[in-house]
Amino acid sequence: MSKKTIIPIGPYHPLQEEPELFRLFCDGEIVKDIKFETGYNHRGIEKLSESKTYEQVFFLVERICGICSSSHPFAFANAVEEIADIQITNRTKYIRSIIGELERIHSHLLWVGLAGHFLGYNTVFMWAWKYREPVLDLFEMISGNRNSYAMFKVGGVRRDIEENKIPVIQKILDDVKKKTDLLTGAVMDDPVIHARTKGVGILTKQDIIDYGAVGPTARASGVAIDVRKDDPYAAYPLVNWKIITAEEGDVFAKAQVRLLEMYESISIIEQCLSGLKKEKEGDISLKVKEIPEGIGNGRAEAPRGEVFHFVQSDGSNSPARHKIRAPSYVNIATFKKSCIGQTIADATISLAAVDPCYCCTERMAVAYDINSGERIMNAYDLINESLKKTDMIRRTINSK
Amino acid sequence: MMNTEFFIENFKEKYKSDILEINVRNQKRIIITITPDSIINIAAFLYTQEGFRFIIASALHTKKGFEIHYHFSKDSTGLILNIHVILDNDNPQIESLSNIFNASNWIEREMHELFGINFLNHPNQEKLISEGNWAEGVYPLRKEFK
Repeated sequence: MSKKTIIPIGPYHPLQEEPELFRLFCDGEIVKDIKFETGYNHRGIEKLSESKTYEQVFFLVERICGICSSSHPFAFANAVEEIADIQITNRTKYIRSIIGELERIHSHLLWVGLAGHFLGYNTVFMWAWKYREPVLDLFEMISGNRNSYAMFKVGGVRRDIEENKIPVIQKILDDVKKKTDLLTGAVMDDPVIHARTKGVGILTKQDIIDYGAVGPTARASGVAIDVRKDDPYAAYPLVNWKIITAEEGDVFAKAQVRLLEMYESISIIEQCLSGLKKEKEGDISLKVKEIPEGIGNGRAEAPRGEVFHFVQSDGSNSPARHKIRAPSYVNIATFKKSCIGQTIADATISLAAVDPCYCCTERMAVAYDINSGERIMNAYDLINESLKKTDMIRRTINSK
Repeated sequence: MMNTEFFIENFKEKYKSDILEINVRNQKRIIITITPDSIINIAAFLYTQEGFRFIIASALHTKKGFEIHYHFSKDSTGLILNIHVILDNDNPQIESLSNIFNASNWIEREMHELFGINFLNHPNQEKLISEGNWAEGVYPLRKEFK
């Protein structure tokens, strides 16, 4: 075997500011192999969920990820409502879809900004994040929070969108639309961005199918899958919109898909707002007595792709098993295809192109003794472990 | 939704001896319990011939033993097909699907790590989440039944 240089990105990503570790095995400039290490963000959410009531789980899953903090509750609500066979009201459907689409807009703007940042294009970064700000303000107006909106519950939503808020939302959407035009023009027509992103990090249709990739990553390679169309939920079957796809599968195609999707999202929200006017105000929640025994498969289209929640209920007030599959879990695995054979300089943007979300990818782990049920490791043990390891590494380095 | 009914008939015909139970909840949610030995044939059939996408697999530890729901999605009809297997409580093992599609590679590693289910012929069954820092033979999501 020939000698290869290992270039680490991580344990803390210098640009995305999330913990992960990629080891790029390079031969000269070319990436020959890649190894992904994860686990730094593991918070035991699947296990924790089994100890919370259905109402509490919403607050828990909302905190899986700060950016898609409505997608997880959305999928969980779909799963639980499937078990209990609950048909939500139209007004709830519209409100849920509005929240989901606003989130898509702010998440895509965040990605475009980060992608610009990755390429050394800080103007795009500043612009995109500046235009994202009013969307967060909208969230604050609707839900009281800029993030972690606490809007979802079984059988409904927690807050209504009253008539007097609709013109404000409409005005901000008009602004966002204008800014998106500006941004799309600036990104799509820039020769430098073309040179950096076209033909880079290509994923073929077969790669997507093989890895089971979802969301804009799949759609940019010509695989037209979108849960909102394929397995419609909330208000998506009630409004008109289309799936955006591209054929090339490179970074540019992924950017294009995301930018054009924002227009669709704006259009969906506008249609939902006019639908909202026809429904009775305050009709946003159903009384749910108990969740029967059974299993539910819930999914929702997050900005990054399909979020999947599997819930098993044993008839008690908390889930017996709750499995969460975030889109990044399958999308990150495609790096093996997109990065190998590229130069090191292109690896970062190829990695960023799927919009990886590390905290979504990792979730559980607290150790209990199987026999006594006692907690084997607590925080101090973990800190001690960490200190021991640092000490060990220090000694190894010193002895060389 | 003729497609779904046609698919079930076809599936029943083909894998008659491997099916333990079919539960059709509606046209978009079907749970089929099969014998663990047939998983590799059925997964290959679903993926290569029927155009199903592998979403994820969920392992459960119940009184029956270890159970795995393999979730497959047919995106053209919105069908989620749960292929359900029940494994032995003392020696849980099943054939890996990672030689058919890469999508199951990580989740099988995760299930191995958290439940101690052994995936036969997995290309690389090392730990995914707690690499190197976790006690051997301790599986966080296993349960104790009285």
